[in-house]
Amino acid sequence: MLIDDEGKRLDGRRPAELRPLHIEVDVLANADGSAYVEQGNTKVLAAVYGPKEIHPRHLGLPDRAVLRCRYHMAPFSVKQRKSPAPSRREIELSKVIREALEPALFLQQYPRTAIDVFIEVLQADGGTRCASITAAALALADAGIPMRDLVAACAAGKVDGVLVLDLTDMEDKYGEADVPLAMMPGLGKITLLQMDGMLTPTELKECIMLAIEGCRQIYAAQKEALRERFVRIRKEVEEAEAAEGGAEG
Amino acid sequence: MTLFFNRRDLVVPGALLAEGDYELGENVYRIDDKIYATRVGLFELKDDKVSVIALNSFYVPRPGDVVIGDVVDVGVGSWAVDIRAPRLAILRAVDALGRPFRPDKDELTRFLTVGDTIIAKVKAYDRTRSPLLTLNEPGLGKVTSGRIVRITPSKVPRLIGRRGSMISMLKRETGCKIVIGMNGVVLVRCRSPEDEELLVEAIEKIERESHVEGLTDRVARMIRRRKGLGA
Repeated sequence: MLIDDEGKRLDGRRPAELRPLHIEVDVLANADGSAYVEQGNTKVLAAVYGPKEIHPRHLGLPDRAVLRCRYHMAPFSVKQRKSPAPSRREIELSKVIREALEPALFLQQYPRTAIDVFIEVLQADGGTRCASITAAALALADAGIPMRDLVAACAAGKVDGVLVLDLTDMEDKYGEADVPLAMMPGLGKITLLQMDGMLTPTELKECIMLAIEGCRQIYAAQKEALRERFVRIRKEVEEAEAAEGGAEG
Repeated sequence: MTLFFNRRDLVVPGALLAEGDYELGENVYRIDDKIYATRVGLFELKDDKVSVIALNSFYVPRPGDVVIGDVVDVGVGSWAVDIRAPRLAILRAVDALGRPFRPDKDELTRFLTVGDTIIAKVKAYDRTRSPLLTLNEPGLGKVTSGRIVRITPSKVPRLIGRRGSMISMLKRETGCKIVIGMNGVVLVRCRSPEDEELLVEAIEKIERESHVEGLTDRVARMIRRRKGLGA
């Protein structure tokens, strides 16, 4: 029973509804760029360094920068302690996330250098790869690395015969299918599409449309989060000016 | 020809800025006739040239730039210098000594060693090789005193101001000596620690508030107010 009689999900959401989204940018002082994303109970931190000299040297490519990605789940991110050593799953997700971000970057502009992306899942409740991509894209933008567009990611799937958006861990585990999707919404280009489970071709198409709609909402929140700091500073300055002007007058 | 933003509007990567026959400036790219932003910054339009003034960036060397960097390695006939660029810069011994380098007699660490800070000029850089530095010009060389402030390289033009208005105001109001590296490293030398503290605060204010109008006046007011209070 993942969907009740009124068509609501375990957490009370409608099928096509995202979990509450909270995004912050520039949360780490020591990284070149960073971002923090909360999507329901999924919490992800991303940090970016670079472009920088690549070590060891022979890993450098003569025609473009190397994007290196590490997706890692904290030992306390799940109910049963997870070993901090990178698992097969984490290594695969690191690659998948890297390939979802690469199309957004102008890597050929910085040959023989490396851009490092570190993603730490602090708490996992489904959709961590998507939240990771959302966070990593913001950290890249925060690091001042030129991008074609931000990358937003979101999953859709099938639970109790209903097509739903943004699956939780329970829905992913006990549902019928899961379709994570990442895209550059401004350009309308998909950079990641996976599927796990069983769907008819029409259902898959509907899931993709649903996930794209989810990405668009996340994209809007991403843009807002990037602007927030600068808008806040502008406001603070204007308020200080007003206070000063008032004091003089 | 359509524009989707006004001057000084805040834009983010992927924002559609303009459509049509515009010239490409900094931090933008084109797909067909659509022009998009590549960085977080302020939209700028000058004579049909669309660009974005970045609020976050890293330093990309350009020949002729004066930069401030740290020596991180001493090689056989050269030093490696961190100038906060994607690659370590190379300072060859001839470009530091001003005369031919004699490996049998010259001991490189006697001139510069790991941990030293230098003011240097970018001699050459073409993106495929490490940038080359030189010290063979007046005003360049090892830094022996002062304090280093680091800002985002894209805000260096703002720190200098239009025709040097900001930097000359800072020098006038605080009486300090200021050397700006184009890589966002700023060297300040003041007579008193109070002046130094004030100047560093002013530079940090410029970096933080660079996207809000009336910056030069605001910083000048802040310095005068603080100086007035201190007296």
